[in-house]
Order: sequence, then C-alpha cells, then structure tokens
Amino acid sequence: MSAAELHTPIQTDVVIVGAGPIGLFAVFELGLYDMKCHLIDILDRAGGQCAELYPEKPIYDIPAVPVCTGTELVDRLMEQIKPFDPAFHFGQMAEKMEKTADGKWRVTTDRGTILEAPVVVLAAGGGSFVPKKMPLKGIDAYEGKSVFYAVRQMEAFRGKKIVISGGGDSALDWAINLQPIAERVTLIHRRDEFRAAPDSVGKMRGLVSEGAMDLVIGNITAVDGQDGQISSITIKESDKDTYVMSCDALLAFYGLTMKLGPVAEFGVTFENELVPVDTATFETNLPGVFAIGDINTYPGKMKLILSGFHEAALMAKKAFTFVHPDRRYRFQYTTSSSNLHGKLGKDE
Amino acid sequence: MHIICVDMEGVEHKLEATEEWSVMEIIRESGINMLAQCGGSCACATCHIYVDPAWKDKIPEPSEEEIGMLDGAFEVTEDSRLACQIFFTKDLDGLRVTLANGSV
Repeated sequence: MSAAELHTPIQTDVVIVGAGPIGLFAVFELGLYDMKCHLIDILDRAGGQCAELYPEKPIYDIPAVPVCTGTELVDRLMEQIKPFDPAFHFGQMAEKMEKTADGKWRVTTDRGTILEAPVVVLAAGGGSFVPKKMPLKGIDAYEGKSVFYAVRQMEAFRGKKIVISGGGDSALDWAINLQPIAERVTLIHRRDEFRAAPDSVGKMRGLVSEGAMDLVIGNITAVDGQDGQISSITIKESDKDTYVMSCDALLAFYGLTMKLGPVAEFGVTFENELVPVDTATFETNLPGVFAIGDINTYPGKMKLILSGFHEAALMAKKAFTFVHPDRRYRFQYTTSSSNLHGKLGKDE
Repeated sequence: MHIICVDMEGVEHKLEATEEWSVMEIIRESGINMLAQCGGSCACATCHIYVDPAWKDKIPEPSEEEIGMLDGAFEVTEDSRLACQIFFTKDLDGLRVTLANGSV
C-alpha cells in the first residue's frame, strides 16, 4: 500500500491549487458565500510569486493601496481571509485530479494528502516553484542520484567529496552544514561575492582560511561519470584554462523557477501552457473546475493581480452553484449586509 | 530601428525595436519564447543574455541588484546581462545579443 492510500480523503467545499495572492483572495470571495477552502502550495508559505520573486519590491497598482511590497500584500490578504479559516497544505504539489464516484473532484498531492470537493480552483500562476536545474549536457542521468538541487538527508553525504555550486544562502548554509561530515566540500561560485547572510559568509570564509574547505571562483562547464554516479566536474575560472576536479556529489543552488508540472495532466484544456476560460464564470472545460490569475487566458487578458481579484469574485458566484446547489445566490455588499458582517466576524 | 537576437540554435533574428522598451520586452514581443518569469522586475534571472562586446560601451553598467540577480543564472560571463534591465535607445540601433541557457 502506498503512502497516498493510507491518507483519508479530506472533504471540503473548494480546493484551491496555489496560495498566491489570487488563491488567497479567492478564499475571501468564496467565504462570503459559505464555501470553505483548502489550499495547496509547493512553497512552504503563502504568497506565490509575491513571496518568492518580489517580497521586498513595491507594487503600485493595487486599487486604493498606493504602495505595498509583495510581503505586505500577502500579509494583508492573510489578515483579510482570517475569518474564513482556510486550511493550508504547504510544501506540497497537487499531483493528480480525478472525478469521484459521487461526482466530486479528488485532488492528491505528492505528499499523499487527498482532498475531495465539488469545486477546484486552479490559481497556480506560472506553475510550481521548483529548483533551477543546471543546463549541462547529460546532467539528467545524475539528477537525484549524485546531482541534487536540495538536501533531504545530510547523512547521505557523509565521507563524500562534495561540490556545491551557487552563491546564496542555500549554497552557503549547506557548505557550512556538510563541511563537518563530508570528506571535502568545495564551494564554486561565479564571483567572489555572496548574496547571503553576512554571518554565513563569515563562517564560510573562516573555514576556507583554516583550510577546512575550498572556494573556487568560476563556473562548472561539464559533468562526467557513469551510471548516474558523478565522478568529476569541469571548471572554468576566468582567464584560465578549464580543468577537471573529481567529486562524489554535486549540489547546485541557483534559486527557483516556475514549471507548470502535473496540473497540465488534470484533464483541463491548456493552450500554450494557459487555461482558456469563460469570462463570465472563469470555469474551464471541466464543470466545477475554475482557473483564475496568471494561469488563465481569455481575449484581453492582462496578467495583473487586480485582474485576478476580479476573476475570483466572478468565479465564486458560479462555484456557489456547485457547492450549494439547493440555495439561491444572493448578491450582497459587504458594506451593508449584516449577513456578511456576521461571516466576517463584525457583528455589532 | 532593430536589434539582432541570436537564439539557442545560433539562428539570427532581426527584431523591430521600440525606444524605452527593455530588450526583454523587444525579444518577447517578437514571439521568441523568452521565460522572463518575473515580468521584468530584476527578480528571477530568466532573461539572461550575452551582449556582443562591441556594444558594451554604449549600454549603462549593470546595477548592483542586476549583478546579484545574475547569481541565479547559468554560464555567466563578462558579457552577461539581464535583458529586462537594458532599455533600448536610438544609440542601440543594431544591438546584437545572444540568448543564454535557462532563459528559454
């Protein structure tokens, strides 16, 4: 029995794939109409691109918010949706979507979480944030065996000759953490400056000057080995000839990139990696499955956060008919509806 | 006005260029499928290009932020730039750039 089968399906109203700003605001619009949400995101926190790409950068085109950073926008959305108590499944990727016998959608994650709901909202932006892979010839044969983009078990590196490539916090943290257990750690970075916590940079430089690890300023231009086991890398330092260095493992940390991933296999129609939607409802070709935010396309589409907010509101109206088929949708203003005030926890 | 963009297969493309547009926008608008995931905010390094050295003096130096962001790109050389941080002017008519690994 696989790990996934051991999990009991969680029943809810709406499964939202992606906890970026649009997925978060969808919780609000759905919540106003009594729909409870579970969100799945591969990152370990909410915010999507706002959290990963521009947490500190200013955003100027959120209506009535003259300026806020990506982080501030996410923090405010989290506060706004608090009354609806959404459930988050972070660090997981939605891997499979299928129809259940009773007509719901079942979404399974790569960690085995199973969610069942009458409505699925794809708010997955440009896809899942996954580590950038080194574009070196033949490297795929080593990936997951002796070339890694993340460390799952430190012990796997004990006694090994490790090369770590990159100049950010991940590269430095792992160089420092693996140095005591590895036979030798070599850090390779393209320049002698590091965009990492000053403390880590200091520690790394200390280890290098003590002779406990090596630092090479250059680029890896090739990998060599056999049957998935890397045996050497080729290094190019500026103004020097390339040379070969033997190693047992290569760890590369170049940040994250967006890849569409398994959502493309959900049965939803994609055109050029985007989901065409009906602009009255933002429903996809599958009944009860919606697509909002950067992942969708329609005539006139603009990839703006504010467009996604609008899309979330219209989506919620149609989603209501799947979640509460026995009820009539009642359009209300948050300004004046005591019914909505109650849901928002603003009862007088 | 135009720029020359050499793709990953070594094929040259002559692209119509508009003043004030970034080189990233010019490349994307032409239909070349450049990743440029962050949309031009110098936050992802997926619009990495090599600028022909002959043009180097005509382009303003990269900012500290751009140099830092290039740490997230592969096969970075002295000619490496992020296309979203180079803005087209009349002086750059004929600019020649080559797409880098990881940007398409």
